[in-house]
Amino acid sequence: MAHDSQVSYLKYGNQTGLWSWLTTLDHKKIGIMYFISIFIFFFIGGMFALLMRLELLHPEPLFSADQYNQMMTYHGAIMTFMVIIPGVPAFLGNFLLPLMIGAKDVAFPRVNLMSWYCLMIGAAISFATIFFGGVDTGWTFYTPYSLETSGNTIMMVLGAFVMGFSSILTGVNFIVTIHRLRAPGMGFFQMPLMVWALYSTAIIQVVATPVLAITLLLLALEKVFGVGIFDPKLGGDPVLFQHYFWFYSHPAVYIMILPSMGIISELITTFSRKIIFGYRAIVYSTFGIASVSFFVWGHHMFVSGQSYWTGWIFSLLTMLVGVPTAIKAFNWVATMYRGSISFKAPMLFAFGYLFLFSIGGITGIYLAVIPIDVHFHDTYFVVAHFHYVMVGGTLLALTGGLYYWFPKMFGKICSELGSQISFFLIFVGFNVTFFPQFVLGHMGMPRRYHTYLPEFETLNIISTVGSWMIASGFFVTLGVVIYALLKGPKSGDNPWGGTTLEWKTSSPPPHENFETIPTVTGGPYEYGS
Amino acid sequence: MSMAVDHLNGEALHHFPDAHTEFEASKLGIWLFLCTEILMFGGLFVAYFIFHGLYPEAFVEGAKYTDWKLGAANTVVLLFSSLTIALAVHFLQKDNIKAAAVNLAITFGCAALFMLIKGIEYSHKIHEGLLPGRWFSHAKEAQELPTYFAIYFTTTGIHGLHVLIGMALIIWVFIRTIRGGFNSRYYTAVEGVALYWHLVDLVWIFLFPLLYLV
Amino acid sequence: MSDHKHHIMPLKVYVSVFACLLVLTVVTVWVSLFDFGKLNMWIAMFVASIKAGLVAMYFMQLKYDNRLYLYILLAGFAFLALLLGVTVFDISTRVMQSSTL
Repeated sequence: MAHDSQVSYLKYGNQTGLWSWLTTLDHKKIGIMYFISIFIFFFIGGMFALLMRLELLHPEPLFSADQYNQMMTYHGAIMTFMVIIPGVPAFLGNFLLPLMIGAKDVAFPRVNLMSWYCLMIGAAISFATIFFGGVDTGWTFYTPYSLETSGNTIMMVLGAFVMGFSSILTGVNFIVTIHRLRAPGMGFFQMPLMVWALYSTAIIQVVATPVLAITLLLLALEKVFGVGIFDPKLGGDPVLFQHYFWFYSHPAVYIMILPSMGIISELITTFSRKIIFGYRAIVYSTFGIASVSFFVWGHHMFVSGQSYWTGWIFSLLTMLVGVPTAIKAFNWVATMYRGSISFKAPMLFAFGYLFLFSIGGITGIYLAVIPIDVHFHDTYFVVAHFHYVMVGGTLLALTGGLYYWFPKMFGKICSELGSQISFFLIFVGFNVTFFPQFVLGHMGMPRRYHTYLPEFETLNIISTVGSWMIASGFFVTLGVVIYALLKGPKSGDNPWGGTTLEWKTSSPPPHENFETIPTVTGGPYEYGS
Repeated sequence: MSMAVDHLNGEALHHFPDAHTEFEASKLGIWLFLCTEILMFGGLFVAYFIFHGLYPEAFVEGAKYTDWKLGAANTVVLLFSSLTIALAVHFLQKDNIKAAAVNLAITFGCAALFMLIKGIEYSHKIHEGLLPGRWFSHAKEAQELPTYFAIYFTTTGIHGLHVLIGMALIIWVFIRTIRGGFNSRYYTAVEGVALYWHLVDLVWIFLFPLLYLV
Repeated sequence: MSDHKHHIMPLKVYVSVFACLLVLTVVTVWVSLFDFGKLNMWIAMFVASIKAGLVAMYFMQLKYDNRLYLYILLAGFAFLALLLGVTVFDISTRVMQSSTL
C-alpha cells in the first residue's frame, strides 16, 4: 500500500523486537547490527590498548611479559579483524550502498545476514581463546613461534577463518549489487565516489581473503600434523608463511583505507557545497591503489630473510602507491578551493583525516626505503605509522561518517557541540599518543616489548596520557550517539544538503528505500550556484 | 519473512527489477565465489610447486606410491560427471525435467564413485604409514618424503571435502527438480551447482598430473 | 516476460567436448612416460590447461556468456600466478650463507 511505504524501516511491519533484528533481511538493519557489534568490539580492543599503554607508562612492569604478549595479540587481532576491516564496508557500506545507487536492497539479502553471523561466530571463537589458553603470537601468527607456543593458535585462526568469510561474502554481495542493481540512468560514472570506493574494496576482499583462508588452514594443519611447510626443523620455510600471510594482509590494509577515502570524498564535497574536483581521477586512483596493493606485500618482510632482489622489487613498487594516493589528496583540497566551507563536526573529521592520513602515508614511504626500514622495522616508528593511517585515517573517517549519516539512519541529529568536543579529544589525544612514538622508534624502542630502557620513559608517559584522551573522546561519541537516539531532535530529511541519492528519500528511509525507484539524469555532485 | 515468489512463471524476488536481472546477478555471484575458490586452492598449488622445487627427489619418490591407474580412473569419472551435470542444465533449458533429473542422479553416482576410489587409495596409504609430517612411519629414501604426503593429503583432502559438499548440493537440486521446482524459465540453483561442480573438476584436472604423474 | 536470451548448446557439442577431454587425458598419461627433465611439469600443466579451457569454455558456457565471467576466472588465475611467481622468485634468488663458525 502506498501508505505503508512511508513507514520508517525501523518500524516496518510493526516488527521491532530483537528477533526481528536477528532475522532481518533488510540491509539497513543489518548495517545497524554491524554498527553495534563493531563498536562493542572496538571498545574491547580499546580496553586492551589502554592496558598496554598502562603497562608502558613506566619501565617497571605491571604485568608479566607473557600477559603483555597476550594483550598486544588481542588488541591487534580484535582491531584488525573485528573493527577496521569490516568497519566501513559492513556498517556504512551495507546501510548506504543500495540507497546511493537507487536500489531496494543488496543483491543477496540472505547472504548479507549470513555475513553478519560469520563475523559474530568468528568473533566468539576468537574471544573464547582467552579462556582456552590465550594467544601470544601477535596478530600476525608468525612461524615458527606460532607452531611452538602453547597458546591456542588453532582456535584463534579458526575464528579469523570464519570472520574471513564475512568479508568475502560482503565483497561478493557488493560487487553484484553495483553491477546489477543500479537505478536506471546511473551508469558507472554517475555513481558516488563512496560507491566506487566500496566497489574496489569488494574486489580486494574477494581476491585476497581466500589466500588468508588457506594460510590459516595450513598453519592449523602444520600445528596438528607437523606437515613441514612452515617449520624449518621439518624442512619447511618460515618466510613462506610470511609471503602467504602478507599476500592477504597487505591488500587488507587497503580494504581498511579505501572505503574511508570514499567517506572523505562525500564529506568534502557536501561541506564545501561544491562538485568534487577530478571525479574520474579519483576513480582511477582508487583502482590504481587497489591494484598496486597486490604487488607490495614484501615490504613487511625486508628483514625476514627474503632475497635481496625480491626486497628491491617490493621497495620500488611500494613507493608507487604514494602517487594515486597523493592525487586523491590534491583533488580533495582542490574541491575545497573556492567552495563554501562549513565547519560542522563531520567536516572537522575530514580535515583531521587529511592531516593525519598524510603523515601516516608519508611515513609509509619512508618505510618503503629499505635502509630506513632496516633501522625502523619492529620499532615504534612502524607502530606510529600504521596507527596514523588506521586510526587517524579510517577511524576518523568512520566517526565523521557516523555523524554525517546518523540523521539518514535514525532521523535524529547528533549534538553539534558534543560531536565537536569528541573530535577535539580524539584528534588531540591521537597526536599526543602517537607522535611521540615516531620519536621513540627513531631512538630505537622495540615494539611488542612489555618494558623498555629508562631513556624512553618520558615519551611513553606522554603517549599513555594521550591514550586516555582518545578514550575519553570515544566515550563522548558514545554519549552523543546515545543521547541523540533517545532525546535528540529530529533531523529532517536532508540536514546537510547532500546531493547524492540517499538524501533524496526520507530520513529514516522506508523499508524499500524509495517510494519509487528514481531515474538518474545527472552526476552525483550537482550543486547549484 | 518472504512471500513466495513464482519463479517458474517468470517472477523475480522483490528487490530485482526482473527475472533476467536476478538470474544474471546470481550467476555473477557464483563466478565471484569460484574466483575465491581458485585463489584458495591456488594457495595449495603454490605450496606444491615450491616444495617440488625444493625437494624434487621426495616428490619423485612420493609419486611412486600413487597408482596412476586409479588417478586416471578418477579423472575420467569426474570429467564424465561434468558432462552429465552440464547435460542436466541443458535438459532443464529444454523443459525435459526427467532427463535432467536422471543426469543429476548420474552425476551424484560419479561423485560417490570418485570418493570410493579415493577411499581405497587413502586406506592403503594409512595402512602403510604413508602419512603427513610427523605421523609418517614408512621406510623412505628422500629425507622430506613426509612433506610430500603432507601436500598430497592436504590437497586431495580439501578437494575431497569439496566433492562431498558438491554431493550434498547435487542431492538438494535433484530433490527440487523431481518436485517440479525448475523449468526452462528458472533453473538458477542448478546452474550454480553445476558451475561449482565444474570447478571441482577443474581442480582435479590439475591435481592429477601433479600428484600421480610428474 | 522476456526470457533470458540464453544460448542453449546443442547436445553434440557437449559430447564432442567430452570426447576431446578423454583423448587429452590419454595424452596426459602418455606424455608423462617420457622424461623431458625440467620441462615435465610445464608440459603436464600445458595439457591440463587445455582440458581446463575446454571445461570452462563449453561446459561452463564461458564462450557464450557475459564476458565479465571470463574476466573473473582469468583474474583468479592471474593473481595466483602473482603469488606463485613472487614466492618462487624469492626462494630461488636467496643467497645461502653458510656459517662462519
